[in-house]
Parts: sequence; C-alpha cells; structure tokens
Amino acid sequence: MKILVCISHVPDTTSKINFTENNTKFDPSGVQFIIGPYDDYALARAIELKESTGSTVTVINVGTAETEPTIRKALAIGADDAIRVNADPVDSFFVAAQIAEHAKAGGYDLILMGRESIDYNSGAVHGIVGEMLGIPSVSPVMKLEVDGTKVKMAREIEGGKEYVEANLPLVAGCQEPIAEWKIPNMRGIMSAKTKPLKVVDAKAVDSGIKLQKFELPPPKGAVKMISADNVGELVTLLKNEAKVL
Amino acid sequence: MAILVFVEAAEGKIKGNSLEAVAYAKAMGGPVTAIALGAVDKAELEALGKYGAEKVLHAKDAKLDQGIIQAYASVLSKALEDEKADILVLANSSLGTPVAARVAAKTGAALASNVVDLPNTASGFVVKKSIYTGKAFAHIELKSQKKVIAIRKNAAELKEVGGTATVTDYNPSLSDADFVTKITSTEKATGEILLPEANIVVSGGRGMKGPEHWGLIEDLAKTLHAATGCSKPVSDMGWRPHHEHVGQTGVKVSPQLYVAVGISGAIQHLAGVNSSKCIVVINKDADAPFFKAADYGIVGDAFDVLPKLNEALKGAK
Repeated sequence: MKILVCISHVPDTTSKINFTENNTKFDPSGVQFIIGPYDDYALARAIELKESTGSTVTVINVGTAETEPTIRKALAIGADDAIRVNADPVDSFFVAAQIAEHAKAGGYDLILMGRESIDYNSGAVHGIVGEMLGIPSVSPVMKLEVDGTKVKMAREIEGGKEYVEANLPLVAGCQEPIAEWKIPNMRGIMSAKTKPLKVVDAKAVDSGIKLQKFELPPPKGAVKMISADNVGELVTLLKNEAKVL
Repeated sequence: MAILVFVEAAEGKIKGNSLEAVAYAKAMGGPVTAIALGAVDKAELEALGKYGAEKVLHAKDAKLDQGIIQAYASVLSKALEDEKADILVLANSSLGTPVAARVAAKTGAALASNVVDLPNTASGFVVKKSIYTGKAFAHIELKSQKKVIAIRKNAAELKEVGGTATVTDYNPSLSDADFVTKITSTEKATGEILLPEANIVVSGGRGMKGPEHWGLIEDLAKTLHAATGCSKPVSDMGWRPHHEHVGQTGVKVSPQLYVAVGISGAIQHLAGVNSSKCIVVINKDADAPFFKAADYGIVGDAFDVLPKLNEALKGAK
C-alpha cells in the first residue's frame, strides 16, 4: 500500500500569537514550529501501517524552505520520502489542490492528514482533496484499520462515534486516539538526513479568497475572586452582572 | 439572491446550531431556503419559518438517513443549482464542516469555516473567522460569486421573525457512487445536552481525583441545564469519553457560561474555551493559571464548593 501523509507546519500549541505589518502578517519571532498535532496522529498511524502491512509512507507539505526541519522530523519518525511544494499555504483550497495534484500522480491508496491544521482550523483540506480525486473523504477519524482494500474507521460525532467502512483509495482526516504520537530515535534522526526530499513548484490556483487582516481578541478584564464560603455571591453575579443564568 | 441553509437534525429535532444558521442567513438579507436530508419531523421543518426560512426542501430518501459526507455534498450542490442560490450557510459540526469542504470543491465556491460574525459587505464580502484555535481572528474576503459559509455557535442571534415555512419534497437523483462509504453502526449518548450545542458547560479536570466523583460535575450540570466536559488528561486516562474533551485537540466550545472545576488551565485547554462569554474557575490552587483567563474565581476544594454551589443555584431558581 502507498500512503501519503499531509503535514502542516504550525506554531507549537503553547505559542502566543502575534501579528506584524499592520496586522497582515503572522509574527514568527520566538515561535517554535511543529508538525500539526492532528497531522502527527495521522503520521503515527501511517508508520504503524507501514510496519504491519509493509507499506511505503510519503509525506507532503505545502510550505516555504522554513518548513524543512518539520519535514525532516516526519522522516525521522519513519516516513520514507517527502515532497515539499514550495509555496505559502495560503488557504485550504490552494493547499488541497497541490496535494491532489501529487496524490494523483503518485497513485496513493491512502491519504492521511489531521482533521484540521491548528493555525487556520478550517478542517477542509481532506474534503477538498477527496472531491478533487473523486474518492471518499472521512473525518474526524479516531480509529482506522486496513484489511486488504477495505478500511474500517470510527468517526467522532457530537456525543459519540459512528463506525464507517469504505474501500481504498480514500482520504481520512485523523485525530486522537488513532495512534500514539511517535518520538524520533537517534537512528531515525540520522537516516532522515539522507532520505529523499523533493522540492517542487506550486501550481497556480485561484481559491477566490483574500486575507484582509488579522485581529487579536480584546484582553480579558481582571478576574473577580469570590470566597469559597460565599458561593451565593457567585450566583448573584452570574445572574445580575454577567447575565448568563 | 436566495441563500440556502443546510439544517441538521438530532433525535428528530433540528439542532440549535442549525437554527442559528437559518437566523444568520436571514440576517444577511435572505430570502432563505432551508434544506434537510433524511428523516425529520415535518412540524420541525415548518417551524424553521420562525427563524426566517420561507421555504424548506426536504430530501427524505431513506438513503439519506445516514450522514454520508459525499452524498450530502452532492445533494446540497444540486440544491444550490436548482434554487439558483449562490450562498450556502451551515453550522460547523462533525458532519457540516467536511460536507462544506466538498460542496465548495464541487461548485467552485469560496469557503470559510469557523465564521463568528455576519459578513461585512461595505466593500466586497468579508467574513470574520476564528483562527489559531481561538487565539485570533482573520478577516477574509470571499471573492467568488458562489460562497460556502460554515458558522460557529453564537455567530448570529437567534431571533423569532416569522411564522411557518412551506415544506416541499426534494428528490434529486442519487448516484450509487456517492454511497460507497457505509456507516455500519453508531454509538451515541441519548438525552444528553451535546457539548458543541450547549449554552452552559461544566468541565472537570484532574482535580476531581477520579471518575467516581463525576456525580458532582453531573449534578451541577443538571441544575444548570449544562453539558459536561473535561480536560485532556481526564479523557486520556479514560475517566471520561473522548467526545467530552474540551481543548486545542478536542472540542472547541463557545457557550454563554463555562465552569471549570479542578482544571489548572494549560494554554491548550484555554484554546478550546476562550470564546466563552463568561468563565468561572474553581480550583484549590490559588496560582492555577486558569484564574488569569477567568471572569470569576473561587479558590477552594471542589468537593466542598460544588455541593454548596449546586444548592445555591437551586435556591436561586
């Protein structure tokens, strides 16, 4: 089986978010970048499938040269080779179009990625890729087993889950607890340095979307502390001041 | 220019977030046509008129009783064409968001999800969406004629504006190719208030010391008509099911009131709750970082504070 794992290069979950240039650019200073946490689950499941079924795993990232350490990390975790589409990942449609292009050319059976990237949170790339390739897309997937060409999945829904079956080829947007995150070992880190990482140009795509500006939420006012012996005061405040009861 | 709104039902009732999607479309200027797929009670569909739908299309083919992402995307794309509608509005959900993506790709529409407010049409068509898991917003212009907008809870005010909507059967031809995905079974809590729909959420963390103490959280939730949530460690340890995990990699909520009990307030948890209107934190550690993000705080032992708070709330009714 040929597996393609799509990874995003995103600020660490503990990052403080800031913008520059009149709120039109993300400020990367002091920010550590990681493989998107959901994508990391997808990658971990792909590596498990590689080990249990003898599959190959290719990672693809749409990003500029700064994303290469993140891609190398995915190779250190166990992916065989990587593709970097050299462009800013401006929106879901643009990213999905790049992935679909390579997925088609590479003849992948299973395309895995996170349910959403944690920067834009659109949760759309898996669906758009599925539609562009004319194959099923399932998300958010919390369990995925492959048996021959049949794929059995659990998809999280509000208040529970549903069990879904489909045949390869297919796209899945993944989340916990599909697999445990993997930490690269020393041998993985060494071998990642020489694994193939192909850099390709992006194809031109118009997604009909233009970013105007970013905005930070207004700062939170000071917390009002209430004594544990006077919970009645909290009830009064919630009713009359916050007006949420 | 008609606006099409996809409404979802759960346990026979239209979901609250879908009612908000109808209200959102109405506030945009309508006229609003809603569309429901699969079995839904007709009275529920007629009642969509209250929030501004003039007409409701009901695609009640039994094959649509299950939420198959591909099939739903095909029906909605066809309905956009048949209704000569340029805009599809729906609520972000485990089904709505993936369906929105496929509809956008199928119809060539510009897509925006996690939208938190009505569009600004002063110059162009600009929507505000939540990004960086609630840590920031982006204003994006949707330049295509066709648009798909997936809204977050509280993006529009739920106002009663009308009466009864006209419900008509809608029977698009369904292609077998759209049903290659099969849903074999579903496990779902019934009768519970669902986390993404709730106006009030009560969440517990490791400070609750074990799943056997969750009765305290549930009692308070019952008094408040709230949904119950939990922190990531609690779901990781299996104290509570995964669909209750609130945070960066779990459910993101935006209720009127979020009550956090025994949760320290790691930045990953805050990312899932920071668009709540009001946050109450109860923690015995006065230095818990969550207090900095709270509106009201109580330093105290959950096992002491929760029963007292529950009684006080009951007494206030």
